[in-house]
Amino acid sequence: MIINHPLLGPRDSEEFVYLGSTDLIDRPTNWEKSAAAEDFHQYQYIRENIAGDIQELWYHEQGDQSWLVVTRSTLTHEISNVELAQDFSRVKGRGK
Amino acid sequence: MSKTRYSAFKVLKEALTGHKGWEPTWRDAEPKADGYDVIIVGGGGHGLATAYYLAKNHGITNVAVLERGWIGSGNVGRNTTIIRSNYLLPGNEPFYELSLQLWENLEQDLNYNVMVSQRGIMNLIHSDAQRDAFIRRGNSMLFAGAGCEYLEAKEVKERYPFLDMNNARFPIKAALAQPRGGTVRHDAVAWGYARGASDLGVDIIQNCEVTGFNIENGKCLGVQTTKGDIKANRVGVCVAGSSGRVMAKAGIKLPIESHVLQAFVTEGLKPVLDNVITFGAGHFYCSQSDKGGLVFGGDLDSYNSYAQRGNLPAVEDVCSGGMAIMPMIGRARMLRMWGGVVDMSMDGSPFIDSTEVKELFFNGGWCYGGFKATPASGYCYAHLLATDVPHEVATAYRLDRFRRGAMIDEKGVGPQPNLH
Repeated sequence: MIINHPLLGPRDSEEFVYLGSTDLIDRPTNWEKSAAAEDFHQYQYIRENIAGDIQELWYHEQGDQSWLVVTRSTLTHEISNVELAQDFSRVKGRGK
Repeated sequence: MSKTRYSAFKVLKEALTGHKGWEPTWRDAEPKADGYDVIIVGGGGHGLATAYYLAKNHGITNVAVLERGWIGSGNVGRNTTIIRSNYLLPGNEPFYELSLQLWENLEQDLNYNVMVSQRGIMNLIHSDAQRDAFIRRGNSMLFAGAGCEYLEAKEVKERYPFLDMNNARFPIKAALAQPRGGTVRHDAVAWGYARGASDLGVDIIQNCEVTGFNIENGKCLGVQTTKGDIKANRVGVCVAGSSGRVMAKAGIKLPIESHVLQAFVTEGLKPVLDNVITFGAGHFYCSQSDKGGLVFGGDLDSYNSYAQRGNLPAVEDVCSGGMAIMPMIGRARMLRMWGGVVDMSMDGSPFIDSTEVKELFFNGGWCYGGFKATPASGYCYAHLLATDVPHEVATAYRLDRFRRGAMIDEKGVGPQPNLH
């Protein structure tokens, strides 16, 4: 698979380390609320596991060490979009 | 119904009478209008084994197995056929030992030649730390009655002189062997269980994809399929690889990711490898099929996938692992490679459990160890479906174990499914 890095252009997926769904960005923040244990359980262990387009985190370990959000089909492996994870997070209102 | 008993005498008789007395191995059925006591979703090894043990052990014969494609078209025909019970943790080891015991008697039980070959399995050891870990595992195996054998480097070299004993990075220091491990003809397992189940009255319905579940007031009343709605008192899903997709139709999310795992076979060679050798440190394992091909595999492709095919980097990784430990493999040409989709769970261990929907049960999360588990998986799932109580060796395989902090993490890598 070739990942079209927004800054560096097309790179072999071998240069990257795969983490998983972008759901992993949204770590529960309020550990004091009564349902916090359940929130963390959902975050850490339960997966959407979609058959189709998913957004996922790839780390460019052997490149510029950036985190990317790759939109890729789990049925065909076709990549339809690549963006920097920091841009993706800022759009969602996070600091980084 | 076919009740033909296979035997050497039968083969001889048919040979002399023009092979006119053979019957279809199992009955290809259509759905019954008034439904079933139990519907098994998924006609792979585990689903067919479940149906067989439901009928045989529990007398529940009004059962249908629904298969989207043809039986055995999924992972039961895509794995590398290895059986073993060399696990460490108490949640796993007795289960896999039951499985190995069932394998040992499977041919007599099914009256079907599934070619169980207890040629042995050998895990290579490369460092003192790894030796300690494997000896601990060996002790766990001895406790469970699985048996094991510790081999010094000298013995490994005598048995398999072609191994690179002095590999610069992973010199072979010793090995942990399980002589009772081995290989099985994987397609025959699906056919044998299908025949056994069909003979006991189970309907095997192919080309019948489940498109939804009929759920009312939190209770499952049956399934919607490409052959119409089918009623059932109880539904057992058994579709490892597609678990996420199928259970989503019932609104259930799982602690599972789907990943693609590739396997490989070389052209046929003369007998060189009478054992299964695993090189865990280099992510490679190998055995030789009865046709002579070296059958080998390694790691996942590591990204989520429902495609039954992988990419070249994983191929290179596996082949370089093979070259490192077994350089002679470089002389063989690769004949075929293929991919299968596996349910990777959050701790590397499976699930056999009820769900939040009444009368809907789940079996999956087998990671890349599903084949060896086939008999025990069916045995224990049938026990759960028939009695509502988990079988005593499968009590740990619950869907809520992460919530309770009761993971069964053999490798100790945490909730990162592509590392298990």
